Amino acid sequence: MDRFTLQSLNEARRQRQAAILITNLASGVVRLVRENDVDLDLMVEPTLAEILPQRFRSAHSGLVQTPEGDEFFLTVHVPPPRLVIIGAVHISQALAPMARIAGLDVTIIDPRTAFATPERFANVALLAEWPEDALKGIPLDAFTAVAALTHDPKIDDLPLQAALAANCFYVGALGSRKTHAKRLERLQATGVSGADAARIRAPIGLAIGAQSPAEIAVSVLAEIIDSLRKRGLTTPGGA
Amino acid sequence: MSAVQPLTLGEADVLAIAEDWLRAGRAVALATVVETWGSAPRPVGSHLVIDSDGHFEGSVSGGCVEGAVIGEAIDVIAAGEPRLLEFGVADETAWRVGLSCGGRIKVYVEKVV
Repeated sequence: MDRFTLQSLNEARRQRQAAILITNLASGVVRLVRENDVDLDLMVEPTLAEILPQRFRSAHSGLVQTPEGDEFFLTVHVPPPRLVIIGAVHISQALAPMARIAGLDVTIIDPRTAFATPERFANVALLAEWPEDALKGIPLDAFTAVAALTHDPKIDDLPLQAALAANCFYVGALGSRKTHAKRLERLQATGVSGADAARIRAPIGLAIGAQSPAEIAVSVLAEIIDSLRKRGLTTPGGA
Repeated sequence: MSAVQPLTLGEADVLAIAEDWLRAGRAVALATVVETWGSAPRPVGSHLVIDSDGHFEGSVSGGCVEGAVIGEAIDVIAAGEPRLLEFGVADETAWRVGLSCGGRIKVYVEKVV
């Protein structure tokens, strides 16, 4: 490997961009492919180009053999996924520890100081601020999930818009179909496109008949993992 | 097959160290676990960075074969050609690192030029 490839790889990691380092084990030649450029990179062998998208999703490094008999090692670098929860509510008390166990880096945002107390949320990053202020410190990106759980448009709507604009891999919002229909009207009135708005998972969570806040948290976490591992496979609005 | 272990920043910071060492003018080799069988202590994609004096950071085996990898890496730095190494983690060693059965690992060592 040359130092410039190493620098590019570290740069991609700092910018929270997924990248795969392709090493030809026989020749030692390396090539770095960023996920954003994967379709444009014509230098990658066709056999490898086919499997790169699934490697970006699985985050699995490993050996690959081409039909010609060449052996390549793929080092897959995917940023650690984050979850931003809007609302220090009952569901969040269950969702935060479960999500952390599943490997997500969790932040909870709620400007209501009666809700956002360290007593209710031990061992989790908790910001008792309005989302527009809190999100300045934690920019949303394609490896961040946003779950809006307050039921309050004054708190939920802005981070939902920000999550769609940042192409977050998961955007979910709590609320009945009726509540969500009104939410879609409000979002589209502020200029959010229909296609973008359709990316919001609502009613939130996989349909497992969840009843208690903890069960709803399980359904939300399962939906987040589903979105993470099928990135790029789901058609917009095809939830 | 073990569970998916994404290479997080913490896990792969060896790459940042490699860049720092190069910038400081040190000759550097990078070792990468490319394949494992059985109970290998470190997942595929784990790195070890080595300089020409044998200084190292990271881990490819949790300590079992680092010594051998470092020796080979110093040769790779001198010769410039990459090498593919294969190690058996002996049953006794595997036992000491907390594994009940032996494993094997394949490690690719390359000079960063």
